[in-house]
Order: sequence, then C-alpha cells, then structure tokens
Amino acid sequence: MSEKVLSVQDITMQFGGVVAVNNLSLEVHQGEIVSLIGPNGAGKTTAFNVITGVYAPTSGAVTFGGKTIISNYPRGKMKKLYAGENNGVYKKILEPTPDKITKLGIARTFQNIRLFKELTVLENVLIAKHMRMKANIVTDTFLLNWKEEKKMKEDALELLRILDLYALKDEKSSALPYGKQRHLEIARALATEPSLLLLDEPAAGLNPQETDELTEFIRKVRDQFHLTVFMIEHHMNLVMDISDRIYVIDFGKMIANGTPNEIQNNQRVIDAYLGVAEDE
Amino acid sequence: MTEKKKTQLNLLFSVIALLICAGILYYVNHYTKPTYMLRTVLQLGAIYALVAVSMNLLNGFTGLFSLGQAGFMAVGAYTFAIFTIPAQSRPGVYYLYGVADWLANLQLPIWAGLVLAGLVAAILAALIGAPVLRLKSDYFAIATLGFAEIVRIIAGSSPMNRVTNGSLGLKMIPKFPNFYFPFIVVGICILIVCLLIRSSYGRSFKAIREDEIAAEAMGINLATHKQLSFIISSFFAGVGGALMGMYLGAITSTTFNITLTYNILLIVVIGGMGSVTGSILSAFLVIAGREWWLRFLDMETYIGAFQVPLLKNGFRMVVFSVILMLVVLFFRRGIMGMREFNWNFMLKRLEKKKTGGEGLE
Amino acid sequence: MTATAFLQYCLTGISIGGIYALIAIGYTMVYGILRLINFAHGDIFMMAAYFMIFSIVNFTLPWYIAILVVLGATIALGVLIEKLAYKPLRSAPRMSIMISAIGVSYFLQNVATYLFSALPKPYPTIGFLTRTITLGGISTSVVTFITPILTLVFVFILMQLINHTKIGMAMRAVSKDFETSQLMGIKINRVISFTFVIGCLLAAVGSILYFTPRPSVYPLAGSLPGLKCFIAAVFGGIGSIPGAVLGGFIIGLSETFIKAAGYSEFSDVFTFILLIVILLIKPTGLFGEKITEKV
Repeated sequence: MSEKVLSVQDITMQFGGVVAVNNLSLEVHQGEIVSLIGPNGAGKTTAFNVITGVYAPTSGAVTFGGKTIISNYPRGKMKKLYAGENNGVYKKILEPTPDKITKLGIARTFQNIRLFKELTVLENVLIAKHMRMKANIVTDTFLLNWKEEKKMKEDALELLRILDLYALKDEKSSALPYGKQRHLEIARALATEPSLLLLDEPAAGLNPQETDELTEFIRKVRDQFHLTVFMIEHHMNLVMDISDRIYVIDFGKMIANGTPNEIQNNQRVIDAYLGVAEDE
Repeated sequence: MTEKKKTQLNLLFSVIALLICAGILYYVNHYTKPTYMLRTVLQLGAIYALVAVSMNLLNGFTGLFSLGQAGFMAVGAYTFAIFTIPAQSRPGVYYLYGVADWLANLQLPIWAGLVLAGLVAAILAALIGAPVLRLKSDYFAIATLGFAEIVRIIAGSSPMNRVTNGSLGLKMIPKFPNFYFPFIVVGICILIVCLLIRSSYGRSFKAIREDEIAAEAMGINLATHKQLSFIISSFFAGVGGALMGMYLGAITSTTFNITLTYNILLIVVIGGMGSVTGSILSAFLVIAGREWWLRFLDMETYIGAFQVPLLKNGFRMVVFSVILMLVVLFFRRGIMGMREFNWNFMLKRLEKKKTGGEGLE
Repeated sequence: MTATAFLQYCLTGISIGGIYALIAIGYTMVYGILRLINFAHGDIFMMAAYFMIFSIVNFTLPWYIAILVVLGATIALGVLIEKLAYKPLRSAPRMSIMISAIGVSYFLQNVATYLFSALPKPYPTIGFLTRTITLGGISTSVVTFITPILTLVFVFILMQLINHTKIGMAMRAVSKDFETSQLMGIKINRVISFTFVIGCLLAAVGSILYFTPRPSVYPLAGSLPGLKCFIAAVFGGIGSIPGAVLGGFIIGLSETFIKAAGYSEFSDVFTFILLIVILLIKPTGLFGEKITEKV
C-alpha cells in the first residue's frame, strides 16, 4: 500500500446550525486518482474548501504527508451548536490560510472557473510561480533577480507547451474557448508545483468528446508530474473510467467507499445518487 | 524578430521619447515667459500625475478602492514642510504659538525631506493597513476616507500647534530649486512604479484585483500583498503631497480635504483604472483643461452687444463635472482602459519592412 | 455641569441627532436596495436648502407653500439623479456606481457654486420656528424642540410603510435579493424610485430643520453633515433603518457633549474614530447582519 498523502479525519463543518459536512473521514494514497461523488449540495465543495483552508472546520483535522496541517475543535458559540461526536479529541487549533496550504503542495481548481480574466494565459501561469520566488519586492522591482524571473518564465512556457496551450500564451484568458479555459485552470494549478491536485468538477460544461480528452489529460498529468489526484465530479463516465477509488457523500455524511465496481453495485449509492439505467 | 531585439528597440524608442520630452521642457523653460500658463500646467500636471499613479496602483491595479489619498498627501506635505522650512523663517511662520523646541533648528535638505515625507506616509499606512485591509471593499473605502479626515483634522488641531502651526498652516515652504525639479522627481517615482507593476509582485497585485480567492489559492498571501500595495501607494502619495507643498509654498489642513481625493480619483477614472500611461495623460489633460483651456468659460463674454449666456464664474467647473459624468457613464474604461502605451505599433512597422522584401515567410 | 445645562445639552443633542437620523435613513435605504453608497445624498440636502432660499426670497412664497415646493423639488432632483446617473450602471461593477455617486456629488457642488456663488447665502427664517420657548428651566427654539418629535413621527410612519404595505414588502424583498425580486415580478424601477423619493423627502425635511437655526448656506454645506450621517448609517448597520436612527442620535448626542466639554475641535474627529472603531469591531454595524460568501 503506497503511502498516505492526504488524510481527512472526522471533519465537521457547520455554518451556524447547518451541518454541511458531518464527521467526514477519508484517505488518499500516493499516485492514486480518488473521486468524491454525491448529489448536489452534499457537501463536496465544502469539504474541498476545508482541505484547502478556505473554511476553518468546526471540528476535526487534516494531515498531509503525515503532518497535521489543519486542526480545530468547537469553540465559543459553536460549542453549543456542535452537532457531532468527537468532542475533546482534537485539541490544537491550526487555521492556515489557503496560500499556506498551496505552499505545502496542495493545489486546486474551482467549480466555476476562476481565471484571472484580464491577464494573458502566460501571466495566469506566471502568477502561480510567484509564491516560490525567493526575491523580495525590492530586488524584484529593480530587476536584481532577473535570472530567477527568466527561469520562472521558461518553466511556465514549458508547462504551457506540455499542456498544449503554448500557441495561446499571449491571449487574454477570458478570450479562450471554454474547454481551453478548463485546461488553463489545471495548468495554473500545476504551476504551483503541487504533489496533490484537487479538481473541483473539472468536466463541468464539457461535451462527451471533451470529457474523454479530459480523462486522458488527467491521466497524463498524473503520470508526468508524479501527482496524486483528488477529484469532485458528476460525469460518471469520467469517474468510473479514471478513479482508483471512490468516496460517496450525501447530506454531508460518507455513505460508501470502494472501487468503481463496488460503488456501482452498492445499493445505498444507487438509491441516493446513481439511480438505475432505464434499459440494462 | 527575436525577444532580445524587441527589448533593445523598446529601450531605444523610450530613450528617444524621453530626450524629446526633455527637449520640450528645456524649450518651455528658456523660451517662455515665467508667468506663461503652460509652465504651471506642466508642473502641476506632473504632481497630479504622480499622485494619480499612486492611487491607480492601489485602486486600479490591486483592486482596493481607497479614498484616503489626500490624508497621505497631507502627511507627506506636513512632514516635508516641518523639516524644510528654513530655520530662520520659522519664528515668523509660527508667530502665534512658537516652534516646538526640538524642531526649532532641525532643518533637512530638500531631498531628505522628500524621502522622509514618503516614509512617514508609508509608516502610517503600515500602521492602519493591517486592520483596515481586512474590510470588504465598500467598508474599506469609507474607512480610508475616515482616516484621511482624522489625519487632516488632527494636523490642524491645537495640540499640534507648535509642530504644525495648527489652523494657521505652514508657509515659506521651499520652492522648486529649478524648473525641471518636479519632473525629475515625478519621473523617477513613476519609473519605480512601472518597474513594480511589471514585476512578479505587480502581477500578483493584478491577480488580487481579478479574483482574490483564486489568487489566494495560487499561493499569494492576501494580507501581505495588500499591505505592500497600500504602503507603496501611500509612500508615493506622501512624496506627491510634499511636491504639492513645494508648488503651493503654503499649506493648511484644508488643502488636503476630501475634494482633493475626489479630484485624483476622477483623474484616474478618466485615464483608465489600471493604466499608468492613462493616469499620466489624464492628469495633464485634466489640469490643462481645468486651469487653462476652459478658463474662458468663466469669463463673461460679449459678442458685440450680446452677452453669451451661461458663461460666468464657475461654469468651467460645471462643464468639467459634466465631462466627468459622461466618462463615468459612457466611457467607463477611460482613455486607456487597462492598456499601456507601448512601441508595438513601431515594431510592427519595422517587421513589415523587413519581411516585406523577402516574400512570404 | 448643572442639571438644567445637562438637559439643555441633551435636547440639543437629540435635536441634531434627529436631523442626522433623517438623513442617515436616506443613505441606509439606498444602500439596502442598490448596495450603493450615495455620496451625493449630502449634496441633495444642500440643494434643498437653496430651493428654500429661492422659494421664500426670490419667489416670495408663503412658508407653507415654500415647504411643499422644497419637498417636491428635492424629490424630483433625487429621482432624476437616480434615473440619469445610477440606473445606467446597475449592471456595472460596484466601483463604477460608487464613482458615479462621487461624480454626482462633485457635480452638484459645482452647479451650486456656479448658480449661487461660493459665498454664503442667508437662509430665510420661518417666523414661528425660531421663536424661543421655555420648558421647565430650559429655553430653546421651537425648531430645536420639534425636531426630535418630528423625526420619531416620520420614522414611525416609515416603519409602518415598510412592514405593512405592499410597496414596503417589495422594498424588503429587493434589499434581500435583487435578481430574484425581479423574477418574482416586482417592478424594480418603481421600488428604486420610491426609495429615493422617501430618502429625499426625509433629507429635505432634515434640511429645513438643520438650516433654520443657522444663518446661511454655502455650496459645500452638505459635505460634512452628509459624511457624518453616512457614518451614522454605517454605525447603526447599513441597510437597517432602526440602526440609522440610533446611529444618528448617538452621533448627535456625542457631538453635542464633546462640544460642551470644550473639545469642539475634536467633535468631528470623534465621529470618524467612532466609524473606524465600529468597522474594526463589527463592520456590519450595530444592527447589521453577517453574510458569508460562497466560494
């Protein structure tokens, strides 16, 4: 069994009295492609937002590469509202901002594309390289780190070349066709040099052919960059085709996990989400 | 054409353009009367250009809508004035309250005063930045407005009488040592801002403007970067304020009221939020228009015995306000939008010339 | 401070507070519906004063007609501004409409300077309002006395309107969710115009009450009061009418007592500091609600 890259432990996310994620635990291992599926509103993107630091969880912890990066327990008003178990298990408070999580090596894409619209394709990717830059604002402004900037630019262009976006490098990102924009989102995430890639509905809005291309794209990216991929998706073809394992979530709670085969035949999952095909 | 050739040509064109500008300034300085309107317009335009660029850095490039420019200008102007008014003139300036003892003989050279003006403004920005930058955009705007007013009122208040001369204000502020001085200072400052914008940090500012959440996901620490933008913008606003003090010769706390911030904001809007060239162009155009070209609108004019209606004192500002509203409503992107002036149109011409003679490429 | 002096200051405080409350309501209602800080509101308040001067001095109308004219003209001005400067920018980014409001404020100030000159113009006195009356040891002018009463009456009527009429419900719906209200068939333009009508009506009333005890008006006279009233609205929770009223009274009272204590220089600074404090502790104001953004 390859090493554990990401471990989500008893994460509960409450907004006031609404429990969006309820005691969620899951693991992702090195090199795997793991999918998180479930009906709309089940809490999938909220779980992503907790893992990437956008929300601080009400309770629970997240470890990455063996180290705890996020930890929290119910405090203040939450103490009374907290609807879950595990009270007292998590004692530390670690609430890193998303940029710190990205620096650790976890990159993400967004459900609704969040490209930097007015900037070019190349600039979008270059921004992802900013956090790894050693120079400070003074040396950067006065071009004293020109060697470093040159390398950043070369790396960015190389990435664009690999992902077949080089020809569009000086186009404004908002001018790209939708499919290419999705590719650029992923390219930008890759430019942060992650070891874990979180994809939030990467196939949303793509037609079947584009979805097939995306499946190949994700595999190629995983292999070429030695990544682990954790994905939220609704396109079942993509999910069943590419995933090593699948977690199913409904109303914030985990209801099943296993290989694509196991999930497809899991009655609970079928009732809650997958449904049965009309003619089998 | 290779990247290297492009950079070299860009540099060449820019240097030539700079020399032409220098030449124009030289001409204006030597061949026009000292009271000629153009001189004032150019100098004042340069000062507003600097302040507009500093505001654009914050509002247009980082997307932080701040209404506090006048406050930082005030800080810069007062700091400069306090330390550079000639020591022997001070008793005359502070005739009512007397100068504070530690200040009585502390006089700095002009360049030191300018740098200090920027630094003090920057330090103030650093102090208020942390809490204020956390606020949502509307609230950030009002908070910066509030701070600017607090600074202004305190600068003119009685506890400060022996330092800032309270409500009397400061005069005998050293003037520009020569005609070119403001242009050199402003030129250097704007050059630094341009270098900043072109750098990786400049890109991250733009990223924050475009989408904060995505920028954070890309590893950009919002708090630090917003603070950097705020502090740098305030530094240059402080320098601009000091230059304004030198230009006017005398300042009071009402010199730097909210209307000044509105004026700068409107210059930035006309030029295009997100364009340095736009702000520079707009500053000169607006100052030229407001102080010079449109002056005729203020004068009662007679054609024969017929008095032209509407033209009387104050009409100039009304026309100006209308132009502003037209830009805001119909030309929201301003003159330049988010584009900058570049030499691409020249480079394209040169490329055509080269490849034209070699048939199809 | 003696008891009578204290009561005197209290009365002055809630009087000016009442005026601030009336104007703050205008800010808060427009923000609730359009998410716009109407920077021009203070200048509409100023224009109302000039309308009064013109009605009574230039057109020599009797005071009761003049008041009606002022109310009507101010409302017309406000609605016109909304149609010309804010409506076209409804789908534009938030910054654009804020800049437009600043532009309108600038425009009004320049127009007033052009039409009426920058020199202060004397404000007409409406006979009975400036008479002094004595109440249990405190002497004050009629206008100072009736201001808080009038404020509370107007606020009461307004709350009834908001909570018990159809148009009030429409206004509440629009301030909660602009787009959905449109889809539900609410005539957005009518609701918005009506909001401005109410805001400007109250500003005109406030203007009459504010300038009556003062000798004159000048073009920038609306700038600082406008800003203070805006701070009152933010302090109370922008979008909340009770909040704006409370904010107005608090600022009016604190301003009066600071002046009474001898620190009149700092009365304005105090108001701004109040703003900063509330923005740092509870940006949504005393009665405001927190909104979380969906990522």
